[in-house]
Parts: sequence; structure tokens; C-alpha cells
Amino acid sequence: MALKDITLGQYFPGNTILHRMDPRTKILLTVLYIVALFLSKQVVSYVVVIAVLAAAVAISKVGLKAIVGGMRPVLIIVILTGILNLFYTPGEGDPLVQVWVLKIYPEGIWSAIFMILRIILLITCTFLLTYTTSPILLTDGLENLLGFLKKVRVPVHELAMMMSIALRFIPTLIEETDKIMSAQKARGADFESGNLIQKARALVPLLVPLFISAFRRADELAVAMECRCYHGGEGRTRLRQLRYRGIDYAALALGVALVAVVVVLRKFGL
Amino acid sequence: MSQDIIRAEEVRFSYTTAEGVAPVVLDGVDLKIEEGSFVAVLGHNGSGKSTLAKHMNAILLPTGGAVYVSGMDTADEAHLLDIRRTVGMVFQNPDNQIVANVVEEDVAFAPENLGVPPEEIRRRVDDALKAVGMYEFREHAPHLLSGGQKQRVAIAGVIAMQPRCIVLDEPTAMLDPVGRREVLTTIKNLNRTSGVTVVLITHHMDEAAQADRLVVMARGKVIADGTPKEVFQRVEELKAVGLTVPETTELLWELRQDGLDLPLDALSDEECADALYQLLQ
Repeated sequence: MALKDITLGQYFPGNTILHRMDPRTKILLTVLYIVALFLSKQVVSYVVVIAVLAAAVAISKVGLKAIVGGMRPVLIIVILTGILNLFYTPGEGDPLVQVWVLKIYPEGIWSAIFMILRIILLITCTFLLTYTTSPILLTDGLENLLGFLKKVRVPVHELAMMMSIALRFIPTLIEETDKIMSAQKARGADFESGNLIQKARALVPLLVPLFISAFRRADELAVAMECRCYHGGEGRTRLRQLRYRGIDYAALALGVALVAVVVVLRKFGL
Repeated sequence: MSQDIIRAEEVRFSYTTAEGVAPVVLDGVDLKIEEGSFVAVLGHNGSGKSTLAKHMNAILLPTGGAVYVSGMDTADEAHLLDIRRTVGMVFQNPDNQIVANVVEEDVAFAPENLGVPPEEIRRRVDDALKAVGMYEFREHAPHLLSGGQKQRVAIAGVIAMQPRCIVLDEPTAMLDPVGRREVLTTIKNLNRTSGVTVVLITHHMDEAAQADRLVVMARGKVIADGTPKEVFQRVEELKAVGLTVPETTELLWELRQDGLDLPLDALSDEECADALYQLLQ
């Protein structure tokens, strides 16, 4: 098992405009894009949203391969949604095909195509966000954007801190898992053979020490953080200040424009 | 006594275990640490040396007696942040004290907590990383560094807080010999060039021998206190509490047992060699 190969946060370092954009801009753009996507009803609007995303993917230099590869786990959902839409969309007039109780109307075909496109676009645009933004910046951006929730006592800073610490400890814990696995294998543990239940049971001698060690680490880290004067988000400053620049305003304007265009197209039934 | 940065008076510490017994970890420790000095605290496992360290910046509070940091009582909640920024602490396992996943972000953690303005944080981070010789690694991910490098990052993270004193609790225990040397050199430099008070908790004789002053602990008490030369001459006492002495002292002591006239205070390899040479002359 090559645990070290797991890439987390799925961040592809780069130096494109998309990479350099403020994380908050990218999060807002993603939200705007999803709004535009759900407002799209007909062919022309879909062409517009597809074109916009295609341009963004091209700018990011992430590569189609990574995006298509990331799509694989959700393939079943996409296909299932397509099939359901295909058969369960009632239409006017006669069905195109009728097998037993299953009827396919022209509307069903369109709705299936739109649904599949919608899911694919939705996933691609969120991928683009995580592919071009490092996990730390993403956390910072979210903390900053959701800051208003602090007023209603949502512990935004604490959640962001937990997230970044989790990210920090993933490689450490993966390393530890490798070590415990080797140690248990050396004592005759078998992680590979047997059926699913046996395999799951074989994980117990791996998970117990891992959990104990994680708790010990958490305890030590908490003390170390206190020693470095951590006392919550109150009065904290940051080394790296988030700052909107020209490019961010321009991108946000484009995002709003996209939503406006889609709204107008919708009015005209396009 | 303003030149004492840490003052422990009759410090006692015990805790209650699940079984209801209360082992006494510290049994009346009196200790004064002078500002700017390099003090090593030497002791066996269970001697109370780590517990004593944790009293120096109010992680633990004494159950009897008192600890003063720069005149502030550690039991006083109001001074907690001031005490913690005055006395920084570095622990054994560098992995468990690094908070961020970029070196410079981690070093920035303490100044960020103290609300230092961003430009000032930048300056402190750069200075701290240069002081420990890790500046060129500032954009690395900590988990890709070696143990010694990680520990130096952890030290930089404490320096960035600009404490007047740094307590290091067995900082080299998990490191290989190269890492140990890196960390020790860093510590000594800090003390010499920046005048930061250093308290090094250790069970390595050779590390302790490099300090200006050596405090030996056993069974929750200070049993010896003086310069390394003075302390290591008390070979019998140290052996009685399960500690060894540096190899040089050990050799001279053994020879003295056999009736040879040798000094016991030749601590460095050169001094020891000189002493032997003179005897043979």
C-alpha cells in the first residue's frame, strides 16, 4: 500500500492568474458559477456556462486528465441521474420509445443531457477551486468570508484552525500508519488476505495504536500551542494578509456578469 | 533580585492518580535562574526535571511553594500571557509542536497570537529562521525536514515570540547524533549572541557539560548545583542516583581510585589528555 502517494487537498501548484487570485475571490466565483449553472435552462445558456468554465480550465493549466480522473468516483451518480431523468421526465405527445412501463420522451433526453452536464460542470468548477488553491489559503479564505458568522456565535476561527491542523497532521499520521503497519506485520499481522470482514478485523491492531498516538499528539500539540500564547482567534494578526487586487475585482465583475447573462437568457427562454 | 528571571521557592508538586495515590514529583525545589545564563538541568527519568520545566511557564502550577517569572507569580491568571511570552518552551517531539504546514507560517504562529502587526511578524520570522539557520527552508513543508531541522524550526517558532528565556525539555531526545549537534549549536549560539537565558533539561552528560551551570535533580530534589566542573567531581553522589559522569571524568576518577594523583575537573578531552600527559611526564 503506497500511503505516501495520497495527495490531499488535491492542490496542483502553479503560477497562473487563477493560482495567484485571492482565495476569497475564487470561492465567491465558484458560488457565482454554481448559481449561473442552476439558472441555466436551455441550450444557449449551457453553451455560455460551458465556454466560461472551459476558458477557466485552460487558463489554470491544470489539464483535462486531472479533472477527468477526479470525476471517476462520481461516475455512477452521474449515470444514475442520467438514466432516471431519461425515463422519469413526462412529456407531451407520444413517447419516442416505449418498453413495458418505461417511456422515453424527447423532453426526457434533453433533461438527462442537461442534468449530466450540470453535475459534471458543478464538479469541475469545485475541482478547479481546490486544484488551484492551497489548502491553507482555502482555509484562510473560508475563515475570512465566513467571519460574519462569528456574530451569531459560530466558532469560525476554531473550525478553520482545526481544519488547518488536520491538514498539517495528515502526512505525519500517514507516516505513523506505515510504521505501525510494518511493526504489526513483523509480528505476524496479515492485512492482505481474507474476505472483507477479516480484512476489516485485521485493521483493529492498526487503528488502536494509531488512535492512541493521535490523542497523545493532540495533547502535546495543545500544550505547545498554549506555550506559544495561543488564546483563540481574539486579537490575532496574520503573517500573510489576504488582499483583493485589480485582478480579483475584474474576476468578480466577470462572475456577476455571467450570472446576469444567464438570467437574461432565461427570460428569453434560451 | 531583578536579575533572576526564574525563581522557584520551595516548590512542591504532586498529583492524584486514578488509584488515589499522590506521588510527590517535586519535593521542595529552590532554584534561581539568572538572566542571560545557560543552565542545564540534569536528571534521570522520574527525577522531576520535566515537571520542574513545566512550572517555568505556568503549564503546571505548584501545589506548594511558588514560582516567579520575572517577578510575576505563575499562579496569577492575569499574568499568564506575559509569563508565556517571557519564557518560551521547546519540547521533545518536534512533530507535535509544529502547527502549520509551511515552515514560515509555523514560526509566525506565536507573533500572530500576540497580535503583532504583519510587517513586524515578517521581520521576526525572517530573523528567527536566520538565527537557527533554517531561512532557506522557509517555504518548505515541515514533514519533509529531518528531525534536527524540525526541532530548529520549533526553536525558531519560540524565538519569534522574543522571549527572554527559553526552556528546552529534552530537545534532542528523539534526534540522531547529527540532529543533536545541530540543535545544541543553535542553543549555544542563541545564548552567546542574543543573550537569551537558556534552561536545558537533559539526561545527556555531554550536553549538560556545555552549560555554564549545572543543576542535578533526583527524586524531586536538587541534589547538586554548580559549574559542570564542580558538579561532575562529585562522582560518587551522581552514581548513587543512577547518573553517569562524562567519559573524561569517569576515566580520571577510575584512575584516582587506583591511587593515581589526577585532578577531577579536567572535563574537556584536551584537559583530560593534558592531565594524563603531565602525570606520565
